[in-house]
Amino acid sequence: MTYELKFDVERGDFETAGLASRKIKKTLQQLGINNKTIRQVSIAGYEGEMNLAIHSDGGYISLMVLDGELVLVIEDTGPGIPDIALAMQEGYSTAGDEVREMGFGAGMGLPNMRNNSDAFEINSEPGVGTRIEMHFNTKT
Amino acid sequence: MKLREIQELLDAVVLAGENHLNDEVLCGFGSDLMSDVLCYANDDAILLTGLTNRQVLNTAEMANMRCVIFVRNKKPSDELIRMAVEMDMLIMSTRLILFECCGILYQHGLAGANKR
Ligand SMILES: Nc1ncnc2c1ncn2[C@@H]1O[C@H](COP(=O)(O)OP(=O)(O)OP(=O)(O)O)[C@@H](O)[C@H]1O
Ligand SMILES: [Mg+2]
Repeated sequence: MTYELKFDVERGDFETAGLASRKIKKTLQQLGINNKTIRQVSIAGYEGEMNLAIHSDGGYISLMVLDGELVLVIEDTGPGIPDIALAMQEGYSTAGDEVREMGFGAGMGLPNMRNNSDAFEINSEPGVGTRIEMHFNTKT
Repeated sequence: MKLREIQELLDAVVLAGENHLNDEVLCGFGSDLMSDVLCYANDDAILLTGLTNRQVLNTAEMANMRCVIFVRNKKPSDELIRMAVEMDMLIMSTRLILFECCGILYQHGLAGANKR
């Protein structure tokens, strides 16, 4: 492993939500990663960070910079997702009014994370938590 | 289209990032739904929105957008303006409604930032 970054994200903290993704984006720019990959990681990371703040009891987002690929892990300690297939559908959302007034809660985040990554894996258990792992190729 | 031309066409007030007025943009996206901006918007676009919370600027930054224009005379807080300064992002405010902004800019050749 060459480099790792990790940020905690708290539930309901919309003041600081987005900071982790912005720092990740800056780091990738400093490392000279290509722009297309930076955009994909930024969008997928930000969707994941917002999901932590909106839906989870709190968790973290981490970026590993490896030879030829980037790995983004977004993990929380609950409440978990009862039906992953349903949650992965475009348009499915359990977000409340406060979140919708902020411009989120369209049910697009998880599918967008899958679309922006080269490999996407989600595991979740109600009462335990959710873990999403995404891989992005950086070899050109 | 230069951002300065957009500012003039919309009679918009610049709130931060004036140094970017000579930058060029290719397309625009108008929405109050940041979820959709993150899914559908192209690079090097401008964002027109009636929302003024922090996540609007984060969304624009993550989607490589060059400028945020607040429509319907919405004025962001001083805190948001400071955030834009820190991010080096051009933000402006216009009295026009979203429909008018999009119509004017489209008529002058700015394309829709539609990725799909
Ligand atoms: N970390 C999580 N913990 C618990 N539930 C989650 C988590 N992430 C997503 N979900 C559930 O999956 C649904 C779909 O998530 P997704 O990100 O696709 O949409 P959204 O967050 O509701 O809206 P958008 O992402 O468009 O703002 C959520 O509404 C929520 O019910
Ligand atoms: Mg989401």
